Amino acid sequence: MADLLPEHPDFLWRNPEPKSSYDAVIVGGGGHGLATAYFLAKNHGMTNIAVLEKGWLAGGNMARNTTIIRSNYLWDESAAIYEHALKLWEILPEELEYDFLFSQRGVMNLAHTLGDVRESMRRVGANKLNGVDAEWLDPKQVKELCPILNINDNIRYPVMGATYQPRAGIAKHDHVAWAFARKCDELGVDIIQNCEVTGFVKDGNRVVGVKTSQGTINTEKVGLCAAGHSSVLAEMAGFKLPIQSHPLQALVSELHEPVHPTVVMSNHVHVYVSQAHKGELVMGAGVDSYNGYGQRGSFHVIEHQMAAAVELFPIFARAHVLRTWGGIVDTTLDASPIVGTTPVDNMFVNCGWGTGGFKGTPAAGLTFAHTIATGAPHKLNAPFSLERFETGALIDEHGAAAVAH
Amino acid sequence: MLLISCPNCGSRDETEFHYGGQAHVPYPENPNELNDVEWSRYLFYRENTKGAFAERWLHSTGCRQWFNMLRDTVTYDIQAIYPMGTPRPDSPAATSSNPGTKPGTTAPEGATK
Ligand SMILES: Cc1cc2nc3c(=O)[nH]c(=O)nc-3n(C[C@H](O)[C@H](O)[C@H](O)COP(=O)(O)OP(=O)(O)OC[C@H]3O[C@@H](n4cnc5c(N)ncnc54)[C@H](O)[C@@H]3O)c2cc1C
Ligand SMILES: [Zn+2]
Repeated sequence: MADLLPEHPDFLWRNPEPKSSYDAVIVGGGGHGLATAYFLAKNHGMTNIAVLEKGWLAGGNMARNTTIIRSNYLWDESAAIYEHALKLWEILPEELEYDFLFSQRGVMNLAHTLGDVRESMRRVGANKLNGVDAEWLDPKQVKELCPILNINDNIRYPVMGATYQPRAGIAKHDHVAWAFARKCDELGVDIIQNCEVTGFVKDGNRVVGVKTSQGTINTEKVGLCAAGHSSVLAEMAGFKLPIQSHPLQALVSELHEPVHPTVVMSNHVHVYVSQAHKGELVMGAGVDSYNGYGQRGSFHVIEHQMAAAVELFPIFARAHVLRTWGGIVDTTLDASPIVGTTPVDNMFVNCGWGTGGFKGTPAAGLTFAHTIATGAPHKLNAPFSLERFETGALIDEHGAAAVAH
Repeated sequence: MLLISCPNCGSRDETEFHYGGQAHVPYPENPNELNDVEWSRYLFYRENTKGAFAERWLHSTGCRQWFNMLRDTVTYDIQAIYPMGTPRPDSPAATSSNPGTKPGTTAPEGATK
């Protein structure tokens, strides 16, 4: 029987044994860890580096997210880094020589209350000033763009309009990870799966090595890209992060004919919906309120999300939930990421992207690689320092950025 | 869905409760003397324990009373429920007559909006 099977296709990356030492070690083989390794190798010539992943590549939030990519954030610092990410998304399929189905089908953020309407119009204005494509749509224009949306005013949360970013969209997340992994591998980066970091070796206040389930590895520099587990790793290294980890859930329906041409998000009712290339309806929820490291959340969160989805999209009433799952997201109190140096010398951290870091993957990688290679932040991530919680220079995207996904 | 045993009302669905984040975070005793680093710790830093975590819950649609809970953040098992103002049951202080720390006044909001 086995000899009737076709040959295994080419592997996208090697699975090497860890070397005894590297110039830099990245902890976490999600999108951010892989993108960081890619830019370290490509932009900074650092190829004697490794990405250590405790499970399998992209098995964390990277392949659990709802893949929404947009840059219509309110504040200047956020608009700058997310718009830079979006511009990178626009060239990455060619640069990585991998078609990961980046589809600029637009993203709509619905407004359901007068407060929403005012906030949305303000954000459209701010976006335009920052060179981010943004429009305000009235309910009729919303309906024209997405005919399956219910714009009647007799529902609990009527659609009073929406912001629209035409260049926003979705991409196939696992393929994005594979695209980065293949290029990293070509550039000489070691991607080591099933390798859990269990501690750090320090010389005074300087990190000099990483203890792992596959032995101790010496390294000049360490970059943490562990998303939901960032606090746990920081604790091992002897410092704290202002992060709370929460479960965040999503689900898909069975496959359907194409009915949903764009991406629709509603901050107010906590649901966001797109239709994947294959045809599943992909929907995300809000976080579970409690802290959690289990990759699952409570069912009532999904029930609430479905109720909202069915009211907004009556056509979904007969669709079935095929699969639900959860990830662990690393939230900060200002809903902005932390990318920069740490209190430990030669250790750097990229975390706090929370519910919305998939879209930021390329910019996180670019700026974090710059920070690791040069020891100082890139101008795009400088405002996203750990110190901002002491100086008070917060970048408060809570509520301001339309849901943080 | 967690099934939470309110000390006043008995077992109720999680949806009747409101999460209050880490327990035992006292308001600084001498706020005027705190420097920026110390303030940042009080305002923005909370434990993010993987494992047994002491946290506050409010029975918002029942008795409207706060209480503390010891819950495993990996299995989500509720290990103990105990009154505000008493030390966590698995701490050395719990075995003495120590009245414990005053509950904090701010609750870090977990949910994104
Ligand atoms: C349900 C859901 C929906 C989402 N929707 C969106 C969306 O629509 N748009 C958007 O922009 N963002 C979204 N996000 C957020 C996004 O997924 C994350 O912000 C982003 O994936 C985080 O970066 P990452 O890919 O590197 O994380 P991860 O893929 O989680 O990578 C971290 C890795 O670190 C590894 N790790 C942890 N501890 C250790 C250790 N000790 N040793 C070795 N390895 C370790 C983990 O196993 C994991 O693979 C969503 C998230 C979830 C859960
Ligand atoms: Zn009660």
